[in-house]
Amino acid sequence: MKKFINQGDKDTRSGFGEGLTELGRNNSEVVALCADLTGSLKMNSFADENPERFFQVGIAEANMMGLAAGLATGGKIPYTGTFANFSTGRVYDQIRQSIAYSNKNVKICASHAGITLGEDGATHQILEDIGLMKMLPGMTVINTCDFNQTKSATLEICNFDGPVYLRFGRPKVANFTNPSDKFEIGKGVMLNKGNDVTIVATGHLVWEAINAAEKLEKNGINAEIINIHTIKPLDEDLILNSVNKTGCIVSAEEHNIFGGLGESIARLLTSKAPFPQEFVGTNDTFGESGTPIELMNKYGLNMNSIFDAVIRVLKRKVK
Amino acid sequence: MSKNLDKLVIQTRRDILRMVHAVNSGHPGGSLGCVEFFVTLYNGIMDHGLDRDSKDMFILSNGHISPVYYSTLARAGYFETKELKTFRKINSRLQGHPTNHDNLPGVNISSGSLGQGLSVGVGVALSKKLNNDSSLVYVLTGDGELQEGQNWEAFMFASANKVDNIIVTIDLNGQQIDGSTEDVLDIGNLKLKLESFNWEVLEIENGNSLKDVHKTLSKAKKNSMKGRPIAILMKTIMGNGVDFMMHTHKWHGVAPNDEQLKEALNQNPETLGDY
Repeated sequence: MKKFINQGDKDTRSGFGEGLTELGRNNSEVVALCADLTGSLKMNSFADENPERFFQVGIAEANMMGLAAGLATGGKIPYTGTFANFSTGRVYDQIRQSIAYSNKNVKICASHAGITLGEDGATHQILEDIGLMKMLPGMTVINTCDFNQTKSATLEICNFDGPVYLRFGRPKVANFTNPSDKFEIGKGVMLNKGNDVTIVATGHLVWEAINAAEKLEKNGINAEIINIHTIKPLDEDLILNSVNKTGCIVSAEEHNIFGGLGESIARLLTSKAPFPQEFVGTNDTFGESGTPIELMNKYGLNMNSIFDAVIRVLKRKVK
Repeated sequence: MSKNLDKLVIQTRRDILRMVHAVNSGHPGGSLGCVEFFVTLYNGIMDHGLDRDSKDMFILSNGHISPVYYSTLARAGYFETKELKTFRKINSRLQGHPTNHDNLPGVNISSGSLGQGLSVGVGVALSKKLNNDSSLVYVLTGDGELQEGQNWEAFMFASANKVDNIIVTIDLNGQQIDGSTEDVLDIGNLKLKLESFNWEVLEIENGNSLKDVHKTLSKAKKNSMKGRPIAILMKTIMGNGVDFMMHTHKWHGVAPNDEQLKEALNQNPETLGDY
């Protein structure tokens, strides 16, 4: 299979920070708001370079969402920054009424998503945010896989008129996509062609999917790998074309299997192409304290879980 | 005040009563209490119009008083008054609570879930500052609505950031669904609270007097752009203009029946033409 090279571990949130800094230099309509997590969100350089366009709102996320809706009403392109938990569950109704229903051009940028936030534990690890956000009519939902893709996504969502939820993480992970890859909202990326099984992964699980596919290859199984950065709208054509060829699918995400990417794929399959599917994700559970790697292992969010899911789905595949 | 505005007040009351009666739902009490405020704001105070550049902007936070908002917008020419017939009906732009979702002219944001409009208004005010636009943002909130914590986040933010191009009027009718604000959850001395949040606080003793409302809104305009956000505590009478609807929370979300409508309209004879 195609070789993927890690250009060096980097955190996705730094990709967001670099993208935002670039936007600050090139687009005077971009404004940023942060709820007392400027360093964690890597928003410092935007704040330093554009003090008049950066709003420190304090520990007040509800107000931050309302301010962003107002700034968008006045023609600005607001980027809000806080942890994923405080970007979604804490302010769901503010997003629902003032941003989504009001169709405001607000970019909700959420770091520390999923279980890899690590030691802070379950109060801060949200595994439900994709579900919350994808249910909102008109909301675009993006979960990026590495530093380069997060930077590209941060830049690209500025060119799109409408509310966006951009989800990324805390830990340093493999940076393997090409920085010059064009980021297209709603278009999945075909990472590797294969005939035996389709693996559709998002976020930090994309690199795990690549590692799983390498192990599968050694076992004589050719996996097709799709990097789905946009969960809504889902690239249905890419997934259907692949599964119609391979006949089975594994979804992989750092999120509850209730309400995540896997469920969106299952809905697609049941209506258009009823092939067997196996899910890699957390199973209706909260997280806990631990290192990101310990947690990924304990909660089945790694290459081995994907490998095992492929073996299971192959057994269910209609020959 | 001019005779025409007096006439507009009466006609707006008629619109409100007929709209809620037609669908046997909606919120007449708070709407009737704020008629003089809306008529004044849109006729002499705000620089407004469909072309939004450098115009003042109004944000309604207590969205349930949509009848008075819709009547005001229609009578100000944002859309035809006959569209008021569609209020709360299927396929209408005039939803139970106001929204810009269906591109209704004059409405800039959705509201209804309470406590969100002040933050939005402050956000609009920030955008105006960034654009070096000297026009103002006006927000109306209810009093019971101030029980929502988000308002206090916004009050704190606005004064800390010297957002002085916003004028927030609080409709002090003292009533909410379950009873008086004092009984449900006492909001205490608002003047002291807001002053301690470093807002300039003005008061309207009779928010159902066109003259008093105009005087205080004019003063607020004059005092704007001086480093502090401005709040106006406006005492109103819920259900004002219809004797049996006044001084009670009972008409918060109840429409009059045929007989009650007739009586209410008799007390407010047609002036500028019904829709």
